[in-house]
Amino acid sequence: MTSDGPLVGVLAIQGDVREHMWSLRAAGARAVPVGSTSDLESVDALVLPGGESTTMSKLALADGLMEPLRTARAAGMPMFGSCAGMIMLADRIQDGRPDQETVGGLDIVVRRNAFGRQVDSFEAAVAVPCLGETDFPAIFIRAPWVESVGDDVQVLARVDRGLAEGTIVAVRQGSLLATAFHPELTGDSRFHDLFVQMVRQTR
Amino acid sequence: MTDVSPVVGTERVKRGMAEMLKGGVIMDVVTPDQAKIAEDAGAVAVMALERVPADIRAEGGVSRSSDPDMIDGIIEAVSIPVMAKARIGHFAEAQILESLGVDYIDESEVLTPADYSNHIDKWNFTVPFVCGATNLGEALRRITEGAAMIRSKGEAGTGDVSNAVTHMRTIRGEIARLSSMSKDELYVAAKELQAPYDLVVEVAAAGALPVVLFTAGGIATPADASMMMQLGADGVFVGSGIFKSGDPVKRANAIVQATRHFDNPDVVAKVSRGLGEAMVGINVADIPVHHRLEDRGW
Repeated sequence: MTSDGPLVGVLAIQGDVREHMWSLRAAGARAVPVGSTSDLESVDALVLPGGESTTMSKLALADGLMEPLRTARAAGMPMFGSCAGMIMLADRIQDGRPDQETVGGLDIVVRRNAFGRQVDSFEAAVAVPCLGETDFPAIFIRAPWVESVGDDVQVLARVDRGLAEGTIVAVRQGSLLATAFHPELTGDSRFHDLFVQMVRQTR
Repeated sequence: MTDVSPVVGTERVKRGMAEMLKGGVIMDVVTPDQAKIAEDAGAVAVMALERVPADIRAEGGVSRSSDPDMIDGIIEAVSIPVMAKARIGHFAEAQILESLGVDYIDESEVLTPADYSNHIDKWNFTVPFVCGATNLGEALRRITEGAAMIRSKGEAGTGDVSNAVTHMRTIRGEIARLSSMSKDELYVAAKELQAPYDLVVEVAAAGALPVVLFTAGGIATPADASMMMQLGADGVFVGSGIFKSGDPVKRANAIVQATRHFDNPDVVAKVSRGLGEAMVGINVADIPVHHRLEDRGW
């Protein structure tokens, strides 16, 4: 952890908060859990972790955190979501709960649990050209995929083999970054490096 | 692109699934309607079984894995992960559950054991397993057999949280003791724990299990959930505590809130109000030793 790195929060409602904090520190940021509006006001950027998106959404609403999250995002706070976090950043969801709300901001349609149930969860090497020539070791767990993207969304990665070939699994739109898989479980910090770099640029 | 094909059922995929449940509540359900109540309350997963532990205790007899129709119905009813229980050592029940598409199998002492020597070889499955443990050695033996998640055993179906507390404190205490040992002491520690040396070294270095540790057994109130989280649980299983209480909807919501805000007594106090009757409890001390579930599994 460096003392002058940007202060990045991890939304600590539920899910793999700790793994994201470790990854952020490996990428040179200071990392803190964010569980309240005052926590949110103190950070430069926010990661929305993996977890159960319906639970995260419900509890964010119950805690009165959803509106502050939307406000922070609209004000330009950089945000990075993995898996459930990607769902939380999507403007539109398929196969979610009918009452499921999101922070939004990413002009995409996300299909929840798109790859199937846990027995279908998988690891695969995925080409992510913006992170260099080496494939990213992606871990997909009951993962969503991106069904469609708006004009301003940059596609960073697609699954390039198998039944889901061509499916979009990583995107960026301005200061928002999202992956359908879990970079925080891999020990490969390139996505967190990219995000911390995005945060430094907006600071 | 390297020549690596997508691969399912890896250790990281199995253990990673449990990481996503952290900070959440997993609720026992016996019908699709109960599963919906659990999902509506914000459960991160449901556990499908044919009878909740309190009824298994009351009715006695051999307790087995659920009817596939019931599990299908529960999978249909909710979009959150569905877990289901198999008897200890009953690999054929586990094979059935995997073929039904459940997301996690609980090889559970709550059901009647099918094998009094061997647990299921969990490496043979694509679906991940959670297993109960009363102490560190037991947890490490289950992990060696392929468990991707551990929970305390507690004494299910009682509403008495004391055994869950004992198990959680024991596991955490034994890990802390390992971490304080010098390397040459770990050989004997491994022998005493009846666990593989390499795994013991890994736990000593990390100061934690290599998998997620939930609590289970006897959790009946928001305060119980809060206490177990403060004792270091990564999340909470609630069995009979919800659907054997006076107002399951309210209690399910309250336990989810108490788990989320476990370190904020103001919130736990608020959600503890007006919950109606808790499940009727049984003191663990009043249960004949041969009826205690914590002794099942070895």
